[in-house]
Amino acid sequence: MPKFEFERGKMVPVPSHSIVPERDVNSVPVLEALHLGIDFGGLKAVDDFNLTIGKTEIAGLIGPNGAGKTTVFNLLTKVYAPTRGTILLNGNDTSGKSVSQVNRMGIARTFQNIRLFNTMTVEENVKVGLHNTKAYSTLSGILRAPSYWRREAEAHEKALELLSIFDMQDLANHQAGSLPYGAQRRLEIVRALATNPSLLLLDEPAAGMNPSETAELMENIVKIRDTFNIAIMLIEHDMSLVMNICEGICVLNFGRVIAKGTAEEIQNNDAVIEAYLGKQKEE
Amino acid sequence: MPQFLKNKKTRHDFVTYGLVILAFIVVSFMQANHMIPRMIAGQLVPICAYIVMAISLNLVVGVAGDLSLGHAGFMSVGAYTGIVAAMSLAEAVPNDGIRLVIALLVGAASAALAGFIIGIPVLRLSGDYLAIVTLAFGEIIKEVVTCLIVGVDERGIHALFNLTGKLTVDDLGLTETGFAIIKGAQGAAGTETISSFFAGFLLVMVALVVVLNLVRSRTGRAILAVRDNRIAAESVGISTTKYRMIAFVVSAALAGAAGALFGNSFSQLSATKFDFNMSILILVFVVLGGLGNMRGSIVAAAVLTILPEALRQFSDYRMLVYAIVLIIVMIATNNDTLKNLISRVLPKRTSLEEEVRADA
Repeated sequence: MPKFEFERGKMVPVPSHSIVPERDVNSVPVLEALHLGIDFGGLKAVDDFNLTIGKTEIAGLIGPNGAGKTTVFNLLTKVYAPTRGTILLNGNDTSGKSVSQVNRMGIARTFQNIRLFNTMTVEENVKVGLHNTKAYSTLSGILRAPSYWRREAEAHEKALELLSIFDMQDLANHQAGSLPYGAQRRLEIVRALATNPSLLLLDEPAAGMNPSETAELMENIVKIRDTFNIAIMLIEHDMSLVMNICEGICVLNFGRVIAKGTAEEIQNNDAVIEAYLGKQKEE
Repeated sequence: MPQFLKNKKTRHDFVTYGLVILAFIVVSFMQANHMIPRMIAGQLVPICAYIVMAISLNLVVGVAGDLSLGHAGFMSVGAYTGIVAAMSLAEAVPNDGIRLVIALLVGAASAALAGFIIGIPVLRLSGDYLAIVTLAFGEIIKEVVTCLIVGVDERGIHALFNLTGKLTVDDLGLTETGFAIIKGAQGAAGTETISSFFAGFLLVMVALVVVLNLVRSRTGRAILAVRDNRIAAESVGISTTKYRMIAFVVSAALAGAAGALFGNSFSQLSATKFDFNMSILILVFVVLGGLGNMRGSIVAAAVLTILPEALRQFSDYRMLVYAIVLIIVMIATNNDTLKNLISRVLPKRTSLEEEVRADA
């Protein structure tokens, strides 16, 4: 695969033992997780998870199978209530908030096992994502008040505009469940973007994609970051994608952070190599 | 073709409205020319009420995906509050039509309130648990209504809650001009029958417009999203409890209006009419007509109310035949081989099916 070219920011350390791109140092970080942890019964699925993500950073979360990556996403989006720790979203504490409330605070995600609204069309799926940005009351909907027509027209325009990021506007009237796998993954990203997030979490966006599709996805992820000026964090097993586009990478093993740094630092980190490949036998 | 009819779903809705209006005109014409058997002519208002019940339950079961088995409870709340409203306003509002509209609104509002109060605990559940708890609440409403004694005189409405079963109408302490409206287990008696087929038709149209417009709006999309995938809906900022509640309350309000129409069409009505069997009957309309398919609900409600009457000549075997017809329809509508055969014989059938699916 050709090396993906794009402007990667210089990473600088911040107080919470993380690094953020230099351009983001002076803005409030989009996400700050402090001593985050959750127990399932006696098992510490995630423990003492600390991470800071800059306002426009593309961050990666990697680790062997079962390391707790998706659990971290579920904690950040409040699908699971954390046992310990604090999550700050754009500087605001999210404790006690529900999944839908933290979405409205600016965090949107996709799912490892795709969760689309299968009986709806592609356009309707995106319109569901626009639920809070193109709002009108239930009563105006029933009475077809002027605000209904105005907002629905806006939602239609916006949905097509968002779909055009992935060149999917022609699929608008197809049923979401009937789309090919790759298109379903892209639609999930569009739906998440429709909620106007400041942090987008992608759970294995390249799963099931071939190398050329993955290359296109990389381009699109960078494009999304540049157009919407948001932060993106992704879980991915495709190392070429992670090493090519992630500015800061966090490595998780057995629910604990074992390394944080840039792509070069991670590739040469002994703890990471050990986690993935095992310990080399002493000669 | 006007601009707004270009949308397939909008077109589908307007065809539905058109069919209902057409059916009303045909039936009115037949009625005026005495072409309808007396037995069925007396069922016209109840049929309208059942159609509204089916449409409203379809919103909860078909669109929101919550199996509710207590829908008759909301109907009884609407029926009794509607009867009380109509009876107590008999002098203040002499016009039957206006009085009926007030009764329908009162019935809808009280049932909506009941739906909201019951919805708070019930909508914490889903699936089978929700079905069982709604069933229980339906029975509770029935029992509560059975205990009510309500009367009216010039001082206002008097109500007693007959918990011990020892109280009677005399305990209301009505003045001489006063009269009882609801007499506990006997139910409502001496009700003026102010409901008309035309009012029933209007209510069906209102219910259709409310439900179809709701489903096509932002709120409807949110309700469908919650049904399709709760976690995904939450992840895009939709509060699942809120939208299930909206569906539940709107459905209860429509059921209440249907109840008020129903209640004001009989001179005598006991609370036991709104039992579990009634809830199941409504559910049968919905399932047979197709989940999320409003047109199907209307047809099923109408046909299945007329069918037992039409089968009266089979006397003893009536319910047996009814059950067999139900089974055959269920098999026929869910059989792929049969569907393929029909679509091959009638090529247009496929597009029709797509249109039907467009409802949900």
